[in-house]
Amino acid sequence: MAEFFAMGGYAGYVWSAYGVTAIVIIALVLVTGLDLIAQRKQLDVLESDGARKRAPARPSGSKL
Amino acid sequence: MKRAFVSLVRRDVALAVQVGGGGGMAVFFFFVTVALLPLGIGPNLNLLGQIAPGLLWVALLLSSLLTLDRLFQADFEDGTLDVLSMATLPLELTVVAKVLSHWLTTGLPLVVAAPFLGLLLNLSGDQFLPLVSAMLIGTPALSLMGAVGAALTVSVRRGGLLASLLVIPFYIPVLIFGVAAASSNVMPAVSTQAIALLGAVTLMSFVVGPWAAAAALRANLKT
Amino acid sequence: MNPMSHLTLTQRFHAFANPARFMALSDKLIAPFGFVTALLIGAGLWYALFNSPADYQQGESVRIMYVHVPSAWLGMMGYMIMAGASLVALVFRHPLADVCAKSAAPIGAAFCFLALVTGSLWGKPMWGTWWEWDARLTSMLILLFLYLGYIALWSTIEEPQRAGRAAAILALVGSINVPIVHYSVVWWNTLHQPASVFRADGPTIASSMLVPLLLMALGFTLFFMTLLMVRMRAEILRRRVRALQLALSEV
Repeated sequence: MAEFFAMGGYAGYVWSAYGVTAIVIIALVLVTGLDLIAQRKQLDVLESDGARKRAPARPSGSKL
Repeated sequence: MKRAFVSLVRRDVALAVQVGGGGGMAVFFFFVTVALLPLGIGPNLNLLGQIAPGLLWVALLLSSLLTLDRLFQADFEDGTLDVLSMATLPLELTVVAKVLSHWLTTGLPLVVAAPFLGLLLNLSGDQFLPLVSAMLIGTPALSLMGAVGAALTVSVRRGGLLASLLVIPFYIPVLIFGVAAASSNVMPAVSTQAIALLGAVTLMSFVVGPWAAAAALRANLKT
Repeated sequence: MNPMSHLTLTQRFHAFANPARFMALSDKLIAPFGFVTALLIGAGLWYALFNSPADYQQGESVRIMYVHVPSAWLGMMGYMIMAGASLVALVFRHPLADVCAKSAAPIGAAFCFLALVTGSLWGKPMWGTWWEWDARLTSMLILLFLYLGYIALWSTIEEPQRAGRAAAILALVGSINVPIVHYSVVWWNTLHQPASVFRADGPTIASSMLVPLLLMALGFTLFFMTLLMVRMRAEILRRRVRALQLALSEV
């Protein structure tokens, strides 16, 4: 096992290459996922907002 | 159409000369940068002479980047560009006129200044002619591609820095071939090849630049 | 009839007819795509780290190739997707193409960056230096600059339609220039160092190395696609939010 982690003397290079790749990929996934959740939340708030604003207008100006 | 083109060029050149802040400023910046480089590298004349073509080209690129916001910014802000975009002269030709006057007021002065700055950097005697001719051939490409960056960022407040960042990748072929063209004392064959390639890059920029810049201006003018 | 509700309704039908279909489709696709991606990368990692031989010249450091080469591929593919989508956006005004180009850019830039970093980490033990002004590394660096300029342009122009058109023009001009830049860099490189550099692709790739390489490349590609879909969904929602905010502020 120790031999595997030593990577024939190239441990520092090999593991940092895989490490950087993992970090960047995980960061991409996290940023994207959080952004999606944030947008969805904001959209929900706005849509319920819009519904509330529209609701009183509809019966009074009822030319639908 | 021809008259409109000529009068547009004349107007822009006159504006650049009268208002100032045009070519004169770029040449001054060119001079200051070149004076700065030996202070950073050291006064070793042999070393400076070796890298002089590269230094001159890089300083020239930076100086011409500085002036990009002059291309369209003022005309965009005061609405002149709106009028020009509705004129009979196609916007592409308007761009060409503006690029031409930009080159006349910055590219050309920079090329004229370059040999004098070459003296400061101990540029070897037989490199002056190829370097200056390469700069004459290459600087129009700088104005043409610069116009694309300037047009893309014309609606951005203080877009000059962004325009420079966008344009730098497009300046790389000019830099590479321009420096190689001045290597005639070592490799004459490479030098002529580089000049030919530089010409090709300029022609290519002439095909791409005005079209892209005009499209970018249209995108930015539409509100 | 309430003018505002009428406006938003037509706006929605007009602008989101296609995105709506995309939202429905991507909703179904993302989970299976993610699952296959995980499988492929998992298998690829197993082969890359445990089940493939060390190179006779490069030793164990050859294992960096399995993340480096796919990253470089995707860095280039990302630009192609971006430029292709930009062309469609400019010519056909397809609303999704614009979203696709914008969403692909950060992923492509990230892979471009990864290709540079892992290349540097591979170069240090092999070439003895962190950075070699080799034609491929240099073009990759310039590609990263192009990506960053594109992203910067999107972020500085506020109005999405205007930003989209400007960014699409930049991507297209960039795609014309990429081959020119690449050619000039290769030309410059042969001028300065006559083919004495150690080439990363020097030793022919044994089939035992091809298996992990292909697995990783496929896994990375699917990851790109999955993430692209998620990013596009987020972008579509962002535009809906923007449209709603504008509509509400007009009441």
